[in-house]
Amino acid sequence: VTVGHAIEDRLRVLAPQVLGPLVRRYGHFDTCEDAVQEALLAASVQWPDGMPENPKAWLLTVASRRVADQLRSDEARRRREDTVAAYAPTEQHAAADDDTLTLLFLCCHPTLSPPSQLALTLRAVGGLSTAEIARAFFVPEATMAQRISRAKQTIKAAGATFTLPPDDERASRLRVVLHVLYLIFNEGYTASSGPDLQRVELSTEAIRLARALHRLIPDDGEVVGLLALMLLTDARRAARAREDGSLVPLAEQDRSRWDRSAIEEGVDLITEALARAPIGPYQVQAAIAAVHAEAPRADDTDWAEIVGLYELLEHLAPGPMVTLNRAVAEAMVFGPQAGLDRLAALDDDARIAAHHRVDAVRAHLLELGGDEAGAYAAYRAAARRTTSLPEQRYLEDRAMRLRRAE
Amino acid sequence: MIHLNPTLFESLSEAERDAVFRGHDELSKDLAATGELVGSAALAEPANTKTVRVRGGVPAVTDGPYIEAKEHLAGYYVIDCDTVERATEIATRIPDATLTAVEVRPVMNASGLEM
Repeated sequence: VTVGHAIEDRLRVLAPQVLGPLVRRYGHFDTCEDAVQEALLAASVQWPDGMPENPKAWLLTVASRRVADQLRSDEARRRREDTVAAYAPTEQHAAADDDTLTLLFLCCHPTLSPPSQLALTLRAVGGLSTAEIARAFFVPEATMAQRISRAKQTIKAAGATFTLPPDDERASRLRVVLHVLYLIFNEGYTASSGPDLQRVELSTEAIRLARALHRLIPDDGEVVGLLALMLLTDARRAARAREDGSLVPLAEQDRSRWDRSAIEEGVDLITEALARAPIGPYQVQAAIAAVHAEAPRADDTDWAEIVGLYELLEHLAPGPMVTLNRAVAEAMVFGPQAGLDRLAALDDDARIAAHHRVDAVRAHLLELGGDEAGAYAAYRAAARRTTSLPEQRYLEDRAMRLRRAE
Repeated sequence: MIHLNPTLFESLSEAERDAVFRGHDELSKDLAATGELVGSAALAEPANTKTVRVRGGVPAVTDGPYIEAKEHLAGYYVIDCDTVERATEIATRIPDATLTAVEVRPVMNASGLEM
């Protein structure tokens, strides 16, 4: 690890810890957030020549000065407009931990659209620059800057304050936070086969944020479940794509390349959570990932256990994607026809009937059942429907393989 | 993707044409403000088109479009938005939708999930 990387990592941990006190002191989340970004930038330029004795105090000083300057220059205008600061400074002292949690809730405010929640969380809590976030989402920097600035205006207009949500809203607000971290993870995980190595590793960042959240709310089973799910999924990263970026299906992955320490940590986390916390969808998904992770070979997979877990998941959080995965698991236990029967239930489901994954699963099950012509047609249909280049390539390969076999 | 019929467009009055250009300006401004605009371009007339073919490693460049048609691809917007519904809603604001038609198609991406 280079000095530069060590400093970047340090800065990103400090970002929310600096932003919190600033917002409490001055109000004006928007201005403070910009000021912290500028302080982070200044630090990344200056620190490699010598770290300050107290990095957090250094950042606080630089950012405070910046906020004060900005507020002074805004003062005349504000006096004229007589606006009320949306973020009334609160006097109570809060620990850095509470600040990070409060920021997470604020950035995942329900009035924001998911893309805005993701972007704002990565910047204000994750300490990433707008340019890094823009690259990660494949949009121009100006587009991302606009999205972030608009997100800040939206939460200001919603009258959100820099305090933890009230108790009666806390559970539902936490669900939004978890969903945002899940989306950040997926964005990074699905892209990790892509050719762009310049991207910030979003899945790594999501795991870091989920770890922080777990440290702040250690007793919440779904936080543990999400963290375990991320670790167990990310453990497959090195095996899920070939050098050329093409995807390797789970059953064909070289399991010796799976990250054992991540699996161990994920399994430990989910085992403990299942034993003591109320069950929830992330925990069940983590449990399913754990069953896969613990099979030494694909043939050793305990599919019966997975079927049971999907039944539970369908009960807790029903949805077409769950049904789709359940069909695969049932096919492995009861034979391809059982899976195809389950799949038929999705034919009339407008949410998913035209989704390429239905055709992909159908193709796979038809192939298992020996219907090569049917499988070929379904793979081709799936390949035509997907908007993912690596998935399209994988599906075309499967189809071509069947044609060659004919 | 904006399909344009030049004959139809030339038959418009100056005021009508101005309205088309104004509509594009306003849409671009709004999409930039919402953080949905990734990029856009207007493409030159088919008269400026060169078509390139390579056969047996030998390139051949000819003047004019690959497909002869009354309409041609006149420009495009690349947007990043939440849903297909939002994308088609944006497309209804492209002035050319009132004259010819606008096609909405997803951009392929490099992300993928192992199956």
